[in-house]
Amino acid sequence: MAVELEFERKPKFLLDVQDSLIMIRRSTTHIIRHTDQLLGTFFQPIMFLVLFAAVFGGALEQSLPKGVSYINFLMAGIIIQTVAFGSTTTAIAVSSDLQKGIVDRFRSLPMNNLAVLTGHVVSDLARNGLSTLVMIITGLAIGFRTSASPWEWLQIIGLIGLFTLAFSWLASIIGVMAKSVEAVQWLTFIIIFPLTFASSAFTPTDNMGSVLRAFAQHQPITQFVNALRALLLGTPIGNYGWVSLAWGIGTLVVIVPFASWLFRRRGAN
Amino acid sequence: MAKTDYVIEVKNLKKAYGSNQVLEGINLKVERGTMLALLGPNGAGKTTTVRILSTLLGFDEGMVTIEGHDVKKDADAVRKVIGLTGQSAAVDELLTGRENLVMMGRLYRLTKRSAQARAEELLEQFDLVKAAGRPARTYSGGMRRRLDLAVSLIAVPPVIFLDEPTTGLDPRSRIAMWDIIKQLMEAGTTILLTTQYLDEADQLADRIVVIDGGKVIAEGTAAELKSKVGKDRLELTLKDGKGLIAAVKVLGKQVVDTDDKEHSATIIINDTNKDVQKVLEALTKAKVTLASMAVHKPTLDDVFLSLTGKQKKAQTEEEK
Repeated sequence: MAVELEFERKPKFLLDVQDSLIMIRRSTTHIIRHTDQLLGTFFQPIMFLVLFAAVFGGALEQSLPKGVSYINFLMAGIIIQTVAFGSTTTAIAVSSDLQKGIVDRFRSLPMNNLAVLTGHVVSDLARNGLSTLVMIITGLAIGFRTSASPWEWLQIIGLIGLFTLAFSWLASIIGVMAKSVEAVQWLTFIIIFPLTFASSAFTPTDNMGSVLRAFAQHQPITQFVNALRALLLGTPIGNYGWVSLAWGIGTLVVIVPFASWLFRRRGAN
Repeated sequence: MAKTDYVIEVKNLKKAYGSNQVLEGINLKVERGTMLALLGPNGAGKTTTVRILSTLLGFDEGMVTIEGHDVKKDADAVRKVIGLTGQSAAVDELLTGRENLVMMGRLYRLTKRSAQARAEELLEQFDLVKAAGRPARTYSGGMRRRLDLAVSLIAVPPVIFLDEPTTGLDPRSRIAMWDIIKQLMEAGTTILLTTQYLDEADQLADRIVVIDGGKVIAEGTAAELKSKVGKDRLELTLKDGKGLIAAVKVLGKQVVDTDDKEHSATIIINDTNKDVQKVLEALTKAKVTLASMAVHKPTLDDVFLSLTGKQKKAQTEEEK
């Protein structure tokens, strides 16, 4: 052998961090090289935003509080919906890693295996950030106006980031459990679609039937949408901010260990 | 450390999926610097065994040590000394060949510089320099396998598991793969190879263990096994029934089987080179003319026929 091999001599936790960085780089490279998926990142949010604003705007504006335009009302909801659907990518990436056998390769290495999930979740955070940015710019172009101060923007970014992380980790569980990539697609759809529609994302919840309203008003997506909407429009945020924070952190605390446990277990017996 | 230099030791390994007993007490020992071939048909338990040995799969009973490390208790230590390639491992399709190598090197905890230098060395050695900058999904089957093997060698592990490394490859890629594996052996790597091809085990391995239905049914060197399995057979086809009678008369007791319809006779030969010549000389002397002749090597089917005494359908790639 011509090459003298040198191994890292860092402490274990630093090596674990290094593994995560390597896997984040891998997943990010995937996102950049999946050209068609990347196009979706740009065009899907634009399409949703423009269509919703144009189709529902006229009919729904009457049920909104006075002086609130539908595009201003819609912005928070559409961001949360896009990010929620965006988490599907994490689920698909995890599932396809498992199907293709590369996870077996990683498992046979002396690395921290959780880094595989971390890589997908974190790179998805970047991709969803990009989607959100595209949406806000498009929104501004078609009439969205915000009163948010820099401090409020910081909270907005933090809130969207937390929601994305929580949802992507949730999605990673679907990715680990599903038997195929196709199963991932319909599973995420039947979970995310009702959750985002039975919420305050697109219409105020006041006009819904009593059962639906009770659900819509208390489910976590509504908390995030309402908090985000208040921050964007400068209306009172009430408890929505804190409740969202609790939901987000609570989800992470429960889901991250559960996802890694599932991931370790899958295929190991 | 124990005195004996067995790098891989497997004792009474048992594994079941529910009520389906996949491994029924496998015993294996692989000496340092040698290759053991695990030979058997699909579903014999080869891949399950490799997955257990490479820490991917748990097991119910028995003991497995690699370089003295217990696979169950000290999986991380095992992972540092093994490389896995073939069916149950893969490369990243969206990353280039070079990126795959460097990434896996880094995950083996090589320094960045070492990983990069070693990647270049392997690309050279495996004839992948030209393709190094292309995503692995654009590679041909043979290139993929080479990259896959290169990836598992990135940190120069002393133990390599090759899980059916040539299944599905065209003959040329297969021979190229064999050459690479031979180089590995010359470098002193300890190798466990699984295969469903008798000739592959024959060509490469120091020792062969034949497994079927989760049990070891025979083991030994290629020569030892072959003598158990059966000799080469020579099939002579004559022009007509008369020719067949004449040939049988000349060859006498050597003939073990005849087929009147095809006008053919089968004889067992010990040494293909010498015996075929002898038979031809005898036939020429008696002026018996052959329509055709063929030498049949023992096949995996023959192995199972003679070892288990019952007909087994070995689903080799050629038959599909």
